[in-house]
Amino acid sequence: MADIPSDAPQHCPGTASEQAGKTSACQGCPNQNLCSSGATKAPDPAIEEIAEKMLTVKHKILVLSGKGGVGKSTFSAHLAHALASDATKEVALLDVDICGPSIPRIMGLEGEQVHQSGSGWSPVYVEDNLAVMSIGFLLSSPDDAVIWRGPKKNGMIKQFLRDVDWGELDYLIVDTPPGTSDEHLSIVQYLSSARIDGAVIITTPQEVSLQDVRKEIRFCQKVQLPIIGVVENMSGFVCPKCKNTSQIFPPTTGGAERMCEEMNLTLLGRVPLDPRIGKSCDEGKSFLTEVPDSPAAAAYHSIVQSIQAYCLSHVPREESAG
Amino acid sequence: MAVGILDVDLCGPSIPRMLSVGKPEVHQCDLGWVPVYTDAQKSLALMSIGFLLEDPDEAVVWRGPKKTALIGQFVSDVAWGELDVLLVDTPPGTSDEHLAVLENLKKQHKVDGAILITTPQAVSTGDVRREITFCKKTGLRILGIVENMSGFVCPHCSECSNIFSKGGGEELAKLTGSVYLGSVPLDPLLTTSIEEGKDFIQTFPDSATFSAINSIAQTLLTSIQNP
Repeated sequence: MADIPSDAPQHCPGTASEQAGKTSACQGCPNQNLCSSGATKAPDPAIEEIAEKMLTVKHKILVLSGKGGVGKSTFSAHLAHALASDATKEVALLDVDICGPSIPRIMGLEGEQVHQSGSGWSPVYVEDNLAVMSIGFLLSSPDDAVIWRGPKKNGMIKQFLRDVDWGELDYLIVDTPPGTSDEHLSIVQYLSSARIDGAVIITTPQEVSLQDVRKEIRFCQKVQLPIIGVVENMSGFVCPKCKNTSQIFPPTTGGAERMCEEMNLTLLGRVPLDPRIGKSCDEGKSFLTEVPDSPAAAAYHSIVQSIQAYCLSHVPREESAG
Repeated sequence: MAVGILDVDLCGPSIPRMLSVGKPEVHQCDLGWVPVYTDAQKSLALMSIGFLLEDPDEAVVWRGPKKTALIGQFVSDVAWGELDVLLVDTPPGTSDEHLAVLENLKKQHKVDGAILITTPQAVSTGDVRREITFCKKTGLRILGIVENMSGFVCPHCSECSNIFSKGGGEELAKLTGSVYLGSVPLDPLLTTSIEEGKDFIQTFPDSATFSAINSIAQTLLTSIQNP
């Protein structure tokens, strides 16, 4: 059964939800008995279909944060660019921020549209070896708002994983919105029969961020998603005039470093604030190409190397045997 | 003036820490849940899921319908008492939380409008354009746009750096025919105050940041008193 059947009421919780058939919205729905009997909670066949699709994807990395505005999309985009700088690698970036899809702009792909073919939706290519998919490519105007409740967002994410013709990939990076809700649960559930290498968690140094990021880490632990490590973004600003460093987002409780020590996680690195990062993103260019000699670019490269090393060294026994 | 803040960011509730109310318990009275007050004079009342969690690091891993249900309770079952203004802090997006709070508020109250916060760069204003569409589609009046993180003045040499670009907020207001309420600079004193739950306005009354926030607040008050 579809996640939201066509005859479902407005606030349908989704047929696969724990609340299926049980919420007040379900009263009077023709599917209520079926849902509350549990029949609709049989595993979604899409999970196996997606697992099939993902057989040609070697490494899958989720980029998460509990907090908004910390630079997830910026990081995801530059991780994709860095991995794709090796021309022998095939990389794809999937944007599942349904309400605020920033990836098209950051990758310089605004205004591009998605095409359908016999083998599914074609992603949009930035380079021959770097593909991107986002709901942004399905919207006809920059003012279009995607005002969808959870179940509809989940349906879109399922389509992105099942119906996009990704082809053979070395890396699939998934950029997410902030939070621990529908999008995050769906990505983990739909990829549950495929193997996710792990999550990279982005934070800024201050406690107001870390407080939310700890929740994200708990989410990962709850759904048994390995954590590759934590990136501390916006970590200090060096004034271009006097060269003094200011902690604009102060690490009043020890920043990501202390949090990682306390939670036994790897601090992958710290990226300083650099106005040229935002400028590159606004212009749809890679900061790594635009300002290759900056401290921020060096930080990114070091972090990307650590992520690659993790992916290559954490291959399950059945794949590495023989 | 009696003000309330309803924090409907269920996954990332920041209001309790920012207003330094620690971990108080939420009690019930005849009229419903008692909000948490920041002072004895009860000038600022708060409600947030942050007050309902046993463990502050506990993740709220809920799908849309469950979030919608709690937000409905926050709107209808909190005994706010007489308030001059209720502010609703939302997470980013145009989804369950936004629809839920608006639908529930409209059942019993007049919703004066929305303030939209952006940072100057295009990646930010690009998403806020969609939020503006959300407001228009749901009949929510846009009280204006605030540009946050608008430049950083180095405390050592006073050089102004546009860390997150410049001018996007004002351009967005012009493009969409909205009121531009003003800009708030990046200020480490503000971010430190917020971290420690201190009242920035009491601690740094002479700062340019306070003056910017105050001016925006005055414009808003005038706007809601004279719709």
